[in-house]
Amino acid sequence: MSKIKKTKEERKKEIIKAACRLFAKKGYYNTTIPDIAEELGMSVGNLYNYFHSKEELAKYIMQYSSKLLGDEIRKINEENISTKEKIYKIVRKFFEIGQEQPELIEYFLRVFLSNREVFEEGCEGFLCVQEVVTELMLFLEEGARKGELRQQDFFPAFVTLMGPLGGMVFLQGENVLPKKPIEYSDELAENIWRALKAD
Amino acid sequence: MKTLLWIQGLSCNGNTQSLLNAENPFFYEIFQKIKLIYHPSFSYRENLQTIIKKVKEEKIKINFLVVEGAVTSDKRFHKIGDYSVAQILEILKDRADYIIAAGNCASFGNIPATFPHNTDVKGVQYKFVQKEGFFPPDFKTRSGYPVINIPGCPMHPAWFTQTITALLEGKKVILDQFNRPKELFMYLPHDGCTRNEYFEWKVESEEFGHKEGCLFYNLGCRGPMTHAPCNKILWNRISSKTRAGMPCIGCTEFNFPLRENFFETKKNMGIPEEVPLGVSKRAYITITGVAKTLKNKRLMVKLEETD
Ligand code: SF4
Ligand code: SF4
Repeated sequence: MSKIKKTKEERKKEIIKAACRLFAKKGYYNTTIPDIAEELGMSVGNLYNYFHSKEELAKYIMQYSSKLLGDEIRKINEENISTKEKIYKIVRKFFEIGQEQPELIEYFLRVFLSNREVFEEGCEGFLCVQEVVTELMLFLEEGARKGELRQQDFFPAFVTLMGPLGGMVFLQGENVLPKKPIEYSDELAENIWRALKAD
Repeated sequence: MKTLLWIQGLSCNGNTQSLLNAENPFFYEIFQKIKLIYHPSFSYRENLQTIIKKVKEEKIKINFLVVEGAVTSDKRFHKIGDYSVAQILEILKDRADYIIAAGNCASFGNIPATFPHNTDVKGVQYKFVQKEGFFPPDFKTRSGYPVINIPGCPMHPAWFTQTITALLEGKKVILDQFNRPKELFMYLPHDGCTRNEYFEWKVESEEFGHKEGCLFYNLGCRGPMTHAPCNKILWNRISSKTRAGMPCIGCTEFNFPLRENFFETKKNMGIPEEVPLGVSKRAYITITGVAKTLKNKRLMVKLEETD
């Protein structure tokens, strides 16, 4: 039987997984490309075929996660359901992804947010997380247009929605949560809904 | 020689004033080529009643019937001699080759049609977005054209003179879905606006009259969603609203002036409710998000201070 060749995309996913694990464990600066290659059982030269530098890899991971989450929110956005139901679904989806690919969320908290200098060029502002931001903008705009959400500036609404999700994952990372984040999903969604809804 | 008869319904006379500013051809040049049978501001020999009588007796032929102002059949609000403007239209409608609605009131009803105490005020063939003007939707003149709308509050004189010259020369005038000549109204004020670079990089004006910044996000500019060639055919050959630092308020559109606040962009959670014609909101948000990130330094200072 011939070995099934992995596609470039699948290979990239594996690299992302391994890199995220190492970055989160040892920190961004203490992890080298050879470390990642070793973790994957890959030659350093081969790894460079996929990513030319550690920085490129670091940015790619953000774009990859943003696309992943953005696509999911897009699907929810396109559903014909109420804004409240959408909030419940977005929150649940976020924790589902966190459960399936915890390394991505760890990476966001421990690398992206703590090593901003790495992302200064080419990943500034929302450039690397555009999909998620775009979908949330569409979601919030629609909610307010339909009169289901209270009118306010985008940024306070944005952090009211995303802040609690990050907070929950952070607590999980600190090992203080008695239950899995997803089990708090509905309660959290209810809080977010109450905070954002029109009166 | 072809003939033209101009009548006024509920109007501020603005389109006539605008037409007096015509250049290339000038007002009098146009009316050397076309015989002006009647215009309320210029005619003195015969009154409209007499002329209508002659038209009925087929002593006078009308090629172009131009209507300025909105139409009502209620004589308490508008009367010419014994006629309401609706009655005049009724008499003349099958006796003209072309009927041209000059300006937004005649085209779509405009400000007069928002008057709450007379709901019988409309454009010649449209009332705002609905084809519920004075003439039925399928109405056509002898030439096969519906009422040709040249909206604008007022219309630009060149929009009128170009259209009439084309018709005079027997050229086909293609109309858009609101019966406006495409040659003119397929453009947007956004096309040719001197602030396009600011629009692209999302640098917004905070004040009227400044040379810098785009007027879209903070000041309600309708340039990207209005059909009008205001930055292609300039006003008085010199300027336009947006060039002067005043947002476009969309005066050539069917829904003018139904909007609530002309100088405000309707936003939800800080995000514009309407986006430029031709792009989805998703695409618009993505692009503007990126554009805002990539600061263009030249556009962050006053123009006088750039090198
Ligand atoms: S000022 Fe208006 S017309 Fe000009 S670029 Fe901005 S949006 Fe377009
Ligand atoms: S710029 Fe806009 S408001 Fe001004 S004349 Fe043109 S279409 Fe009308």
